[in-house]
Amino acid sequence: MSVAIQREVEQVDVFIMGKRYQVPKGLTILKALEYAGYRLVRGVGCRAGFCGACATVYRKEGDFRLRVGLACQTVIEDRMYLTQIPFYPAVKKTYDIEQLRPDADTILRLYPEVTRCLQCNTCRKVCPQDLDVMRYIAAAARGDIAKAADLSFDCLQCGLCTSRCPAEISHYNVATLARRLYGRHLAPPAPHLTARIRELTEGQFDKEVAQMRALSPDQLQTLYAERDIEPEELVPVSKKDED
Amino acid sequence: MRIPYYPGCTLHQKASGLDRSARVTAAALGIELVELPQWQCCGGLIPQIREAYMGLLAPARILVDAQKEGDRLLTLCTFCYNTLKRADRILRDDPESRRRIEDFLEEKYYGVRVVHLLEVLRDEVGWDSVRQQVVRPLDWKVAPYYGCLLLRPYKEIGLDDPEDPTIMEDFLRCLGCTVVNFPAKTECCGSFLSVTKPELAKECSRQIVQKAAQTGAQVIVTTCPLCQFNLDRFQGDGPTSDGRYRSVPILYFTQPLAFALGLDEGVFFPDQHRVSPQRLFSSPTKEGRA
Repeated sequence: MSVAIQREVEQVDVFIMGKRYQVPKGLTILKALEYAGYRLVRGVGCRAGFCGACATVYRKEGDFRLRVGLACQTVIEDRMYLTQIPFYPAVKKTYDIEQLRPDADTILRLYPEVTRCLQCNTCRKVCPQDLDVMRYIAAAARGDIAKAADLSFDCLQCGLCTSRCPAEISHYNVATLARRLYGRHLAPPAPHLTARIRELTEGQFDKEVAQMRALSPDQLQTLYAERDIEPEELVPVSKKDED
Repeated sequence: MRIPYYPGCTLHQKASGLDRSARVTAAALGIELVELPQWQCCGGLIPQIREAYMGLLAPARILVDAQKEGDRLLTLCTFCYNTLKRADRILRDDPESRRRIEDFLEEKYYGVRVVHLLEVLRDEVGWDSVRQQVVRPLDWKVAPYYGCLLLRPYKEIGLDDPEDPTIMEDFLRCLGCTVVNFPAKTECCGSFLSVTKPELAKECSRQIVQKAAQTGAQVIVTTCPLCQFNLDRFQGDGPTSDGRYRSVPILYFTQPLAFALGLDEGVFFPDQHRVSPQRLFSSPTKEGRA
């Protein structure tokens, strides 16, 4: 005879687009949405805080402040009012990066609205990555492409900055341009990458690849299991930290 | 002496020569310009309507950041100087503006004295001290050009007499220059009309240059990146319609200072002049080359 163990799970109220739902305490916003019955097609992606697809705006009861977070990373609180912003129709330019120069004129020509910035800093306040958005826009506008690329490096392109900007700046697309300009025109070339690409294009590994393609799935699995792994001590400390 | 320094966007870009020559000349005169750890555009203009609080945010944010570095802030671009100085005045004098800005920024503002390098040279270094440190007196004939925003509105800027200023004349005489009587020195160069109505700005700028040429001046000296740009650039388009035309190079006030102090740096920026000032720097001076 079995005994059903009943465990009390505390329920909290969340208001999704204005409608009240009771969900178990401790869920992320994303899981709460799904618990409430939403089947997410947009506004969800990696579920690990990297892709920026699940930008969410919320407010706590009794507080005027609008807060933001990634739905997959933010834990719900009782009496939270929320909605997702899966997409924002911000201006995005197309360009040939080879034809551009890494300077202020390029930024101002493609995204002239950056000069409308009022330094209100709202973009920074809403950035779920806590990036200094206002200052990377300032850096880009004065042609400091390296600084703009550096300050915006962790941008997930969730678009919340743009959704709140009174000057209608497309911050994350300016940042992408700055990082592309930096990567193409300013960053020192990586010699080992150039060498490896040459080896690949010259077909130095074609034989090995052909051999592998001929293997059966079982043989491939064995090969994978027996592969050489870099000794632990050779992995740089900073890399380990990131992992 | 150490003074917190706000370069501004233009000095980071098209007027980098003004930034460079100011830093080296200030250092030579014992002033260390300490760039603010982080800064952004000052907004370029002060709102002309009292209730336009949004337009005050940009300069107010810079002032609030600057007060953490010291009780004053030095700047060089005339637009930045005018904007920051007037923003400070509004925030000090108008409680409603200050309350709203402080509320939005979530910071208190206690006041920062916005200063121009010219006034630091006059009021703190002193003309005598500048004169004594000149190693290469300049036998140039110079037209000093102030433009609009360095002096006006007088009630808020208070740097010098807005109709007949002399601070630049006093400064240039310290360097050994002969200063011409230049009635056009406070006329407008056309300012931002160079973008929207270039023909008008060209007319304004050319008249100023021609009036300077008529005085026999070899060079016009200014403080403002936009004046320098307009006065210099519109000369490159050939003679005026009346056929009378003589080109005059336009220098920032820090360039002759660097040259007179005998510095190698901060004197000449070939890519920032359409009318080359090079012959000024190669002519023999009163006491020969240092």
